[in-house]
Amino acid sequence: MAVEVKIPPMGESITGGLLAAWLVKSGDAVRKGQPLFSYETDKVTSEGTAEVDGQITLVVNAGTDVVVGQVVASIEAGAAGNAPSAASAPAAKPAASSAPAPKAAPVAAKSGAAAEISPAVRRLSEETGLDPAGVEGTGKAGRVTKGDMLAALSGQAPIRAVAPAAAPAAASAPAAPAAAVVIPSRDGRTSRKRMSPLRRKIAERLVQAKSETAMLTTFNEVNMAPVMELRKRHGEEFLKKYGIKLGFMSFFVKAAVQAMKEVPAINAQLDGEDIIENHFYDIGVAVGTDKGLMVPVVRDCDQLNFAGIEKAIGDFGKRARDGKIQLPELQGGVFTISNGGIYGSMLSTPILNHPQAAIMGLHNIVERPVAENGQVVIRPIMYLALSYDHRLIDGKEAVTFLVKVRQYIEDPQRLLFGV
Amino acid sequence: MSQFDLVVIGSGPGGYVAAIKAGQLGLKVALVEKDNSLGGTCLNVGCIPSKALLHSTEVYQHAVHGKKHGLVGAEKLTFDVAAMLANKDKVVAQLNMGVGALLKKRNVEVVRGLGRLVKSGQVLVRSTAGDRTLETKNILIATGSVPVELPFMKFDGETVISSDHGISLKAVPEKMVVVGAGAIGLELGSVWARLGSQVTVVEMLPGIGGPAYDTDVAKAAQNAFEKQGLKFELGAKVTGVKKTAAGSALTAERDGKSLEFPADKILVAVGRKANTTGLGAQEAGLKLDERGRIVIDAHYQTNLPGVYAIGDVVTGPMLAHKAEEEGVAVAENLAGKKGHVNYGVIPGVIYTDPEVACVGLSEAEAKAKNIEVAIGKFQLAGNGRAIASDCTSGFVKVIACAKTDKLLGVQMVAKGASEMIAAACAHMEYGGSAEDVARTCFAHPTVSESFKEAAMAVSKSSIHSL
Repeated sequence: MAVEVKIPPMGESITGGLLAAWLVKSGDAVRKGQPLFSYETDKVTSEGTAEVDGQITLVVNAGTDVVVGQVVASIEAGAAGNAPSAASAPAAKPAASSAPAPKAAPVAAKSGAAAEISPAVRRLSEETGLDPAGVEGTGKAGRVTKGDMLAALSGQAPIRAVAPAAAPAAASAPAAPAAAVVIPSRDGRTSRKRMSPLRRKIAERLVQAKSETAMLTTFNEVNMAPVMELRKRHGEEFLKKYGIKLGFMSFFVKAAVQAMKEVPAINAQLDGEDIIENHFYDIGVAVGTDKGLMVPVVRDCDQLNFAGIEKAIGDFGKRARDGKIQLPELQGGVFTISNGGIYGSMLSTPILNHPQAAIMGLHNIVERPVAENGQVVIRPIMYLALSYDHRLIDGKEAVTFLVKVRQYIEDPQRLLFGV
Repeated sequence: MSQFDLVVIGSGPGGYVAAIKAGQLGLKVALVEKDNSLGGTCLNVGCIPSKALLHSTEVYQHAVHGKKHGLVGAEKLTFDVAAMLANKDKVVAQLNMGVGALLKKRNVEVVRGLGRLVKSGQVLVRSTAGDRTLETKNILIATGSVPVELPFMKFDGETVISSDHGISLKAVPEKMVVVGAGAIGLELGSVWARLGSQVTVVEMLPGIGGPAYDTDVAKAAQNAFEKQGLKFELGAKVTGVKKTAAGSALTAERDGKSLEFPADKILVAVGRKANTTGLGAQEAGLKLDERGRIVIDAHYQTNLPGVYAIGDVVTGPMLAHKAEEEGVAVAENLAGKKGHVNYGVIPGVIYTDPEVACVGLSEAEAKAKNIEVAIGKFQLAGNGRAIASDCTSGFVKVIACAKTDKLLGVQMVAKGASEMIAAACAHMEYGGSAEDVARTCFAHPTVSESFKEAAMAVSKSSIHSL
């Protein structure tokens, strides 16, 4: 019995994405629960797993756009793995029908695909990785000609998203797992690949934030010496007790939460002409991955202790890099903290995480000469940036917020008393 | 109330195919034919009978030259023209019956008589049996064409003859002059030359085969025909016929010099013209162009609503298969479907030995359109099957777009070119590239492999050439 492998539902707002890579190939024996493919949506990267033991036949190429529920492979349930019940076909039959499958299935898939495209198009597709299903066809009944492929490869014609319905029929069984399609130009001086859904979404959101808000940025600087001192004093014990290092982020999250309580406008967002005030403190923490920036959300930071925050962030960071963040973990944040300092950034202007009203940028810590009480002293200084939607937040509020954050970081005991 | 959904006037390949298709699609159809036999020019006095004669005379030629193939006594072989003509008539008769049977199968009513367009929705059929008026929703005019007559040397059926006569000569003329080196002239010239006539082809243009062919292709064909004894007088303008002591002679001039070609028969094959004789076009207000062709729109409709026209009587190449495609398209349109003819991929063939065929653009046409082309050629002398079959004369030429590799055209001089060109048409119909042809498996050994090799030669990757 063949079991269809479909793109699993990912959450109500996700309808499709990119089948990024196959982790198995046609003809492979797979076990129930085994990861079969990685799947990128505009929000998360996920994996699809086998539901039964058996032998798999892939019907969609890696690099293909897929929709939720689309069949991307089928698994011929193995006779040994799934003994048929007495009620089904005679016992000899499942064994006989599954036996030739290893050879027959991939061959059939290949010749079927070959009938769809011309030999020159097939050669170009295999040599360059460009899926003809994504190329505008000018031939009879929309067939893709060699000229169409050459035009797409040279950038003269667009490579469009593959129509979901056409994808299974047009795709051939890939010989090996393939990653995102990278197309070198003919002279080798450039190469071209499609944006991943995540990248596309990032791009869309950034432009949206830029164009739909009245965004500007205010700056401040903060002396990190007190926090560094605290970390030095309690870090070892903290690590021993909670199994995680005491980082800077927990201080900034706590400071931001306290400052938001003082300046509620920061914890709000616009919905049309309405202002939504949030009475909870779910803070997004930007995490860089090779696929792009992700912002998982640490829930109810006002109720978490330092260890709880550090643990949550540490867990997100690891899972984001492994592509295992779940969609709900990215939703519902009210404020974002982005730390460009880990890459060495001195100063930057973060872009709002739409529809949030503000985002705080952290930067690197540099020893700088500063004047204290008429004396020039060397202090570990970090610049802080707060980008905010001026439609909602006045300059006074934004500046006050950032000053509050500075005060909490420079004197963490204030966090204890909330002053 | 209309008796018919469609009345087709003319049972040539355009008309009868349209009638069959319309019947197939459930329309009530009548087909009007003035002649006793169905099939029009193509079947009765054109494509088919000439092919029968070409085959008979080719069989004779093969036999005469059979010594090297082990035939004994071939040099003394004789032939019987009457028997050849009888065979030709048998072939035609068989196909006449076939067309009739096909029409009957599709419930098409054949109405005998001269069809006259009265107005939209009404056709008058006149015959010796009386007049009959057909009421119909739609009318399709497929009245074809007739040979063009030169005004200064009208057809007399004796000395000055048309192709209609040229397929029925009772005896082989000692000297024959063919005016016009197009398909008809070359084919009928070949027929009579093979039977021993001294044939001279007089052509106004500098090359044979017509403007569709590139110079290299025309030249290769000319060389092949000259080896068979045909003489060509190119760039010569015919001026008339004159009586001489020995009989008749065709007069012509070239570069201001007068020429004279003695002839027993002068076959004028300078083209064909739209036939609207007896149609009543003028009375019905049917619009014709300056060359007497019926004017149609993109859906083959004339200026009269519900009146359509296809084939030789309208614009475009005068080819049976072009008319057939148009007939199908009209029938499909009338049945609510979407008929379509791809005028970019209509093959042309000259059924000589070797045959000459082309489809799509010539190299010259492509260049005139400012398309950068890549050319691939393959000589039949390098083809195993051609060597084994004693037909190494000719070559295949592939004209591809230099940028996209798309097949723009294919031309060839080759035994079996009429069959080989079909592969080129199929590839072109689907937008195929030269590489697509090169990557398609051809049976070995076949002359058709020359097409594949020529396609490979576009990218200078031909296997079987040096």
